Amino acid sequence: MQSPLRVMIIDEKAERAASLEAALAEAGCDVVARLVTRADLQDKVNQAQPDVVIVDMECPDRDVLEDMSRITRHQPRPIVMFVDRSDSESIRAAVQAGVSAYVVGGVQAERVRPVLEVAIARFNEFQSLRRELEDARSSLVERKVIERAKGILMKHRGMAEDEAFRMLRKMAMDRKMRLAALAREIVAAADLLQ
Amino acid sequence: MKPLRLGIIPLSDCAVLAVAKEKGFFRRHGVEVTLSREVSWANVRDKVAAGALDGAQMLAGMPLAASVGIDPLARPLITALSLDLNGNAVTVSTDLWKRMVRADPEATTKRPIGAGALKKVIEEDRRSGRPLLRFAVVYPFASHNYELRYWLAAAGIDPENDVRLVVVPPPRMVEYLEREAIDGFCVGEPWSSLAVQHDLGRIVVTKYEIWNNSPEKVFAVSPAFAEERAEEHRALLRALLEAAAWTDAAENRAEVARLLADERYVGAAEPLLRASLSGRLLASPDEAPLELPDFHVFHRYAASFPWISHAAWLLLQMIRWGQMTEPIDVLATARSVYRPDLHREAARDIGLAAPATDVKTEGAHAGAWSLADGDGGTIAMGADLFIDGRPFDPAKTVEYLAESAVSDLRVSLDALAARNG
Repeated sequence: MQSPLRVMIIDEKAERAASLEAALAEAGCDVVARLVTRADLQDKVNQAQPDVVIVDMECPDRDVLEDMSRITRHQPRPIVMFVDRSDSESIRAAVQAGVSAYVVGGVQAERVRPVLEVAIARFNEFQSLRRELEDARSSLVERKVIERAKGILMKHRGMAEDEAFRMLRKMAMDRKMRLAALAREIVAAADLLQ
Repeated sequence: MKPLRLGIIPLSDCAVLAVAKEKGFFRRHGVEVTLSREVSWANVRDKVAAGALDGAQMLAGMPLAASVGIDPLARPLITALSLDLNGNAVTVSTDLWKRMVRADPEATTKRPIGAGALKKVIEEDRRSGRPLLRFAVVYPFASHNYELRYWLAAAGIDPENDVRLVVVPPPRMVEYLEREAIDGFCVGEPWSSLAVQHDLGRIVVTKYEIWNNSPEKVFAVSPAFAEERAEEHRALLRALLEAAAWTDAAENRAEVARLLADERYVGAAEPLLRASLSGRLLASPDEAPLELPDFHVFHRYAASFPWISHAAWLLLQMIRWGQMTEPIDVLATARSVYRPDLHREAARDIGLAAPATDVKTEGAHAGAWSLADGDGGTIAMGADLFIDGRPFDPAKTVEYLAESAVSDLRVSLDALAARNG
């Protein structure tokens, strides 16, 4: 039997890294290090001797890893980026998920492919969770500010509620603005005049 | 229509893109653009390849390395516009500077300062069995890597064996220097100025002094984008050319510094950015600033033009330092990536002069000179000397490599000569 693939994870989001580690362990990998980037990455790679490095694309240290792509005296095990160069789909999937992977010292591509797939899946999951949270948060905030703008119009122009809302909507359309953005301006202006 | 997405890296030389956006040059040419601040050069490259970005600020060597297939992704890129000349500096730690001054006081007083004093320090270290000095650059295919190596090699220092070169992201350079994880670096502004301001380092030599008016960043796109969306690409080039002219004007530099201070761009203190942008660089905390009017050149001296001779020189550095293992036809490769033809079309659209020739001898002009623009006019050009006085004739690529005393060739010169007849 082949020994398990040794994987290093570089990700500043601890929760995501932990979840990825669990998923990789389940897939039979040995996670040898989990780093939140920083100094001496090359030394860390040389110490931990991973076969694969999974790295968050938002981590600036990617450029440090790219420097390890050549055999030198200091760099006996070169690393290559793990995407099949002809496979645009896998490049796109990894970029969209925000994850990148490097293979250290010539491990076979077939063994590494599932690792990248697990990583892309986990990164995507976190991305959609975050988006949902953001959407929920912003729609709540937006509803509140639209209510306030409506209240201001009702008070100052003596309008009924649905009339005030229709006026807001028309103003937004005329100015090619989002309703919430217009509401924010009205609220800001009213605050200024008070 | 969906806005075009262009990538930038937080450095002073994202200026032309930032100005094109903020001062309305993109809009004037009918293109809506969003700029995306990226954290690494690798990201910029991958996102352009995957279509997540339509174009980006890149190191001049990046589209070349990508197209030759020696970077990790190996997806071709093209460029029709250079974003700037010069703009970098080599900084050493205060400690190392003191050792250099002790080792050779004379070699550290006259500008441009060569690496002769550093060589003496390296020899001292070797005699006493100390570890190699560490210097950082920002990316393997960065001009910083090549100019630092050029400066070292010109003094007989072998960058492969006499020092250790590492990669550190620009915003972390100063922190690495402070932790003594590195002894020096070559980086774009404002990071050298920041090291000097905190009294952690001293600027020894500028990129301008290593090679006057040398290529730095380019605006790169995928060949598919340039072909399938040629009109939009051309409009982007027109906008960037006008933005470059605006950015270059001395009277606008203070506003450029103000723009770049914003978190969406460089996110550094305005006075720090203003220093090098106004051509006054503080090399040492206890000296008057250096007057370097050409520290950043965004447009004059045909700075926006994608010179085939610049591309050829960069490709030769990749060969010289062992990044290439297969022989290539240097000029043909340069021409497939650098696209002066597309540049001229866009320049003509807005009545802007462009050089009539694609190639010039580099290192042949000690001062101002002028160049025909193909329309009966002339373009004022700047100096283009190398620190060691060696000229580069793009017609003699193999001879140029053969004459480079220090190198780490992994391609035989014979094989190269066979491809470059």
